[in-house]
Amino acid sequence: MEGQYSDKVMEHFRNPHNVGEIPDADGIGNVGNPVCGDIMRLYIKVDANEVITDAKFKTFGCGAAIATSSMVTDLVRGKTVAEALKISNSAVAEALGGLPKIKMHCSVLAEEALRSAIKDYMDKKKKA
Amino acid sequence: MRRVYLDNNATTRMREEVLDAMLPYMKDIYGNASSIHQFGRPARKAIDEARSRVADLLGAASPEEIIFTSGGTESDNFAIRGVAQALKAKGNHIITTAIEHHAVLNTCRSLEKEGYKVTYLGVDKYGTVNIEDLKKAITDKTILITIMYANNEVGTIEPIGEIGKIAKERGICFHTDAVQAVGKLPLVVKEMNIDLLSMSAHKIYGPKGVGVIYIKKGTKITPQLLGGHHEMSKRAGTENVAGIVGLGCAAQLAKRDLPEEGRIKELRDYLYKGVTSGIEEIHLNGHPENRLPNTLNMSFTYLEGESIILNLDMEGIAASTGSACTSGTLEPSHVLTAMGVDPVKTQGSIRFSLGRDNTKEDMDYVIGVLPPIIKRLRAMSPLYNGK
Repeated sequence: MEGQYSDKVMEHFRNPHNVGEIPDADGIGNVGNPVCGDIMRLYIKVDANEVITDAKFKTFGCGAAIATSSMVTDLVRGKTVAEALKISNSAVAEALGGLPKIKMHCSVLAEEALRSAIKDYMDKKKKA
Repeated sequence: MRRVYLDNNATTRMREEVLDAMLPYMKDIYGNASSIHQFGRPARKAIDEARSRVADLLGAASPEEIIFTSGGTESDNFAIRGVAQALKAKGNHIITTAIEHHAVLNTCRSLEKEGYKVTYLGVDKYGTVNIEDLKKAITDKTILITIMYANNEVGTIEPIGEIGKIAKERGICFHTDAVQAVGKLPLVVKEMNIDLLSMSAHKIYGPKGVGVIYIKKGTKITPQLLGGHHEMSKRAGTENVAGIVGLGCAAQLAKRDLPEEGRIKELRDYLYKGVTSGIEEIHLNGHPENRLPNTLNMSFTYLEGESIILNLDMEGIAASTGSACTSGTLEPSHVLTAMGVDPVKTQGSIRFSLGRDNTKEDMDYVIGVLPPIIKRLRAMSPLYNGK
């Protein structure tokens, strides 16, 4: 299907990676709001070496929103928290082969979901 | 893969007969219809014939009340701006609704910038305009009421007969955007106190790029497209002969096939029953009975529309959505918003609009394909807590 989305985006949309929840997650990021049409929830599991060993997502949103959520979970697995913080929305969009201009805000939301999850992890760590 | 087209309110497939009728006017009969020689005269004749056919479909008193335009959008712009300008000395107030097509809304907004005052009437949860609200909104400066015959997104049919009556009683010009209603509902403009009406060929199995504005005899209106004396000096421009011929043919067939809409309504109701028996938490948008026979707009709670449309497309099914992500402006459907539908349900709205080519097998296919899609997407949604 030609049109607005690249093949890679459609691939992630058709078969999104890492859909689900992590019940004992080390960090959960919740961003977006239903009025805008996109909500992303990102769960991460972080080990003692600050490596993200698992990531899962749930998303209410369009094709680009689902694809960027899926891609971001792929990008963070195996990275340290410090490395993950460097992941920008353009990196997510690039990894997907690009997004239509009007959909770039979805990649921004994915970046925000990641930062929110990491912040949650750090807040939890501080309390512990 | 089976292909099922359920987006007929967006546009329809041109009929074979229409294409056949148009072809000669793109090949051998190429003269300018205004030319007095033998190259032009057959073109003029064909246009006159098309004009009669449209007059017949709309129930106009005379073919001279039919003016050809480039489509519904131009007709809407012409009707509203043309009357506003012509009646400027009489007043500057226009009444419309919050659920009109953008061609009407943006024309009204543009006129507001020029000093006109516009009242955008609200609608109830079914999308129906309240007659009492209309009466209350009328002032001695009101010069135009423009209210759509039936809504394109949800299909709700407005009380046009009553509105026309009020407009006549108060001496106010009444325009209706009937782009979605023509060909689906019987209408006789000369009996409904309608002064102006917009229609479009590509919604009735005709070509894109051509439409009509019906202007009742005696209506004061300022032409917008200036130049030659075409269309009774109301709308200049060398005629799109082939398009007009196509429109005329489509109009004749639309009148003949109006009873077909009964079969389409049955299919639509069958689709609704089948979809709702296989999926929970679906919300119907639009009036349950007083609705276009082919339109079915439903909200799938907890989900976003574009993701549903993409999944349907992967299965060969075409439909559309009111979600913000597909609107091009990131605004969700203004129609559903005006009806008070909550934002999450608005985002998850899908419109199926059937056409003459649809069959029961098409409906069965959609009924089978949809539940797994909804199930899969709901499992992915942070808003869904079910199993």
